[in-house]
Amino acid sequence: MRGEGETLIVYADLGCPHCAAGWLEICERRASVVFRHFPVTSKHPRAPALHAAAEAAGRQGRFFEMVDSLYADRGRVDDPHLWERAERFGLDLRRFEADRRADEVAARVRRDFESGIRAGVIGTPAMYSPS
Amino acid sequence: MIAAGEPAPDFTLRDQDGEKVSLSDYLGRRVLLVFYPQDFSPVCSDQLSIYQEVKPEIEARGVELIGISVDHPWAHKAFQEKIGTDTRLLSDFEPKGEVARAYGAYIERVGHANRSLVLVDAEGAVEWVHESPTPLEIPGANLIFDALETVGSDA
Repeated sequence: MRGEGETLIVYADLGCPHCAAGWLEICERRASVVFRHFPVTSKHPRAPALHAAAEAAGRQGRFFEMVDSLYADRGRVDDPHLWERAERFGLDLRRFEADRRADEVAARVRRDFESGIRAGVIGTPAMYSPS
Repeated sequence: MIAAGEPAPDFTLRDQDGEKVSLSDYLGRRVLLVFYPQDFSPVCSDQLSIYQEVKPEIEARGVELIGISVDHPWAHKAFQEKIGTDTRLLSDFEPKGEVARAYGAYIERVGHANRSLVLVDAEGAVEWVHESPTPLEIPGANLIFDALETVGSDA
C-alpha cells in the first residue's frame, strides 16, 4: 500500500500500455493505493516476469519503486534492464534473482489475478474503493 | 435469447483452421459458447484475452470454451495470433449470423452477435445463459465460474 487517504484497490498489468498511461494519474490521487497483480499473459507475454520482478523487489521493500520504473520506461523490460533497476534500488541482486523465480512469488501473483477474476475485472487498469 | 432447459440448436461451422465443427461433435461434454461481436475490436480482444487466462480452470471443470462471431476463418486465425489465444473460434460467416440468430443472440441493426454466453450440457441442452445489456459490456469470467458452481454438475 502507498499513499494516504481512502483505500483504492488497483488491478493492473505491468505489460499493459493503458495501465502505464493511467498509473501517473492513479499516483496523483489522494489515496492509499493497493496494487493487485493482474497480468494478462496472452496479450502481454512479458507481464508474468515483470510482476514477479515487482514482487521480488517488494520482498526487499522496493515494490512501488519497481512498479513506477517499469511503467515509466516500458521499452526496457528485459532481464538486464531488471538487473539494472535492482542495482539502482540497492537490492541484493542474488536474492532478487532467486525471489523472482520462486514458486511462492508466482503463486502470490496468481492469487491476486484470481481475486480480480472473482471481483469481475474485465480489463486493466481496474479500480475499486472498498468503502 | 434462448433459455435454459431448451435444446441447443445444432450447427456446423468452420473454425479458424477451416475445419468443420458441429455442436453435436461435443455430445458427452459440456460446452460454453461465447458469442461475441467482432474479431479485433478492443472490447472483444479484452474479453477473449481474459477468458484465455482462465481457460485451464474452465476446462478443469469439464467445460470446453468456444468463441463464435460473424468473422471469416482467416480473420479468426489472425485474431487468435494477435491476442495469443488458442480458444477455438467458429465462423458464423455465411449465411451471416445464422447460428447467432438461432440462439437469439443476433442484433439485426448492427449485423453482429450480442455478447452472450450459452452453457450447453453433455446431452445438448442449454444449462445457463447470459446476455449482456449491450455489446460494449463484457461478461466477467466470474459469471462463468458462478454459473459452473450453481448449475449442472462439474463432471
